[in-house]
Amino acid sequence: MTARTFRTPAIILKRRDMGEADRLVTLLTPTYGKIEAIAKGARKPTGSKTGHVELYTRADVLISKGREIDVLAQAELVEPFLPLREDLMRGAYASYIVELLDRFTYSGEGATPGLFVLLNDTLTRLCQSDDIRRAVRYYELQLLDKMGFRPELQECVITHEMLLPIDQFFSYVDGGVVAPEGAPHTTGLISLPMPTLKVLRHLQRSTYTQINKTRIPDAVHTDVERVMIGYIRYVLESRLQTVDFIHRIQHLD
Amino acid sequence: MSSAVPEPVTKLIEAFSALPGIGPKTASRLTYFLLRAPASISQNLSDALDDLKSKTVLCSTCFNITVDDPCPICRDERRDKRLIAVVEEPLDVLAIERTASYTGRYHVLHGVISPVNGVGPDDLKIRELAQRLDNDVLEIIIATNPGLEGDATAMFIQRDLAGKGVKMTRLARGIPMGGDLEYVDAVTLMRALQGRSEMG
Repeated sequence: MTARTFRTPAIILKRRDMGEADRLVTLLTPTYGKIEAIAKGARKPTGSKTGHVELYTRADVLISKGREIDVLAQAELVEPFLPLREDLMRGAYASYIVELLDRFTYSGEGATPGLFVLLNDTLTRLCQSDDIRRAVRYYELQLLDKMGFRPELQECVITHEMLLPIDQFFSYVDGGVVAPEGAPHTTGLISLPMPTLKVLRHLQRSTYTQINKTRIPDAVHTDVERVMIGYIRYVLESRLQTVDFIHRIQHLD
Repeated sequence: MSSAVPEPVTKLIEAFSALPGIGPKTASRLTYFLLRAPASISQNLSDALDDLKSKTVLCSTCFNITVDDPCPICRDERRDKRLIAVVEEPLDVLAIERTASYTGRYHVLHGVISPVNGVGPDDLKIRELAQRLDNDVLEIIIATNPGLEGDATAMFIQRDLAGKGVKMTRLARGIPMGGDLEYVDAVTLMRALQGRSEMG
């Protein structure tokens, strides 16, 4: 990043009010990774950036390098991902996927290949899919892969033997599946029924087009979610704030 | 901070720095200004700060900040009991009052649903809003800010209060006075077109 200014597509991850009418925005860009910049006047109704740097939208932005902090000099909204603003559940899942990305990445550490495309595609899927949980689970596994936490689902992480088509265990600590023979050699295992493992493997190694053709039964969905949320909580060593909200609105109706 | 700076000065700089939008440089400038200014200015500031916490309470009806509970708006019999405007913050009440065109009452949520920041519906005055609904209330105007979090809060309230027999409306969106079509974002422009009104 040597140029004084650069133009880039960006997805707005976070924003915080600053001063009289400014906003500090956190952006994900394909080339520069996660960056922070100040959008001056972005809270004024007549400001030229107002409405162009909304959460979970994609914009074309012009960033001007500053001494202490970069300045978002221009912004033009390109993709508003409108259904996220009109459907509470879709919006809540968007908060979840952005929270994950935000927890796994650091501002200024550079770009992770494919991360921008993954987030952009997942936000698009959240807008369009009739099974938003499928899009979210696919995202989780792809994100873990990119961040270096790909769970081992093909062989037992203890015995390194190929898995038989029977119910298995999952170990957060060992980062993968534990076969019944390996179970006595480790602790903190959770159950991993075969249908759940099958879906996890499919999500991990297939393209989204292939995933999209699969119907995941409700009970398996719930179980896949149990394993994934547990594993992600373990890796991040903290609670996920957005998960509580999703559970809350699932019980509204 | 350097030991050349006396402790009371350091303390005030740190206190100012804790305020939103004030960095260490502005905090130092404010502190040294007060140091040189007449004592009456710092005394007035100190008294105002004391009163801010000791003399204000939240209105037990609308949760706006007030000196007397209930607040003047909730006490005012001329205000329309059938209308409640739901706003995020007390400052939003002032903004609507400045229009001098709203005669209903208010309900202040004290925030907006923001799952990423750990703010859920139970952290806001949403349950209290449901408890306010009686036969007098005919319409709730959800006047949260038009952003993802304001919209999520509006949708949550709509679902939470569904079936209570109250009409729920949302503030219209459009182009601000003095705005420039060239700079207006596509979503605002689209909603402005949808909400266009007939002339004359």
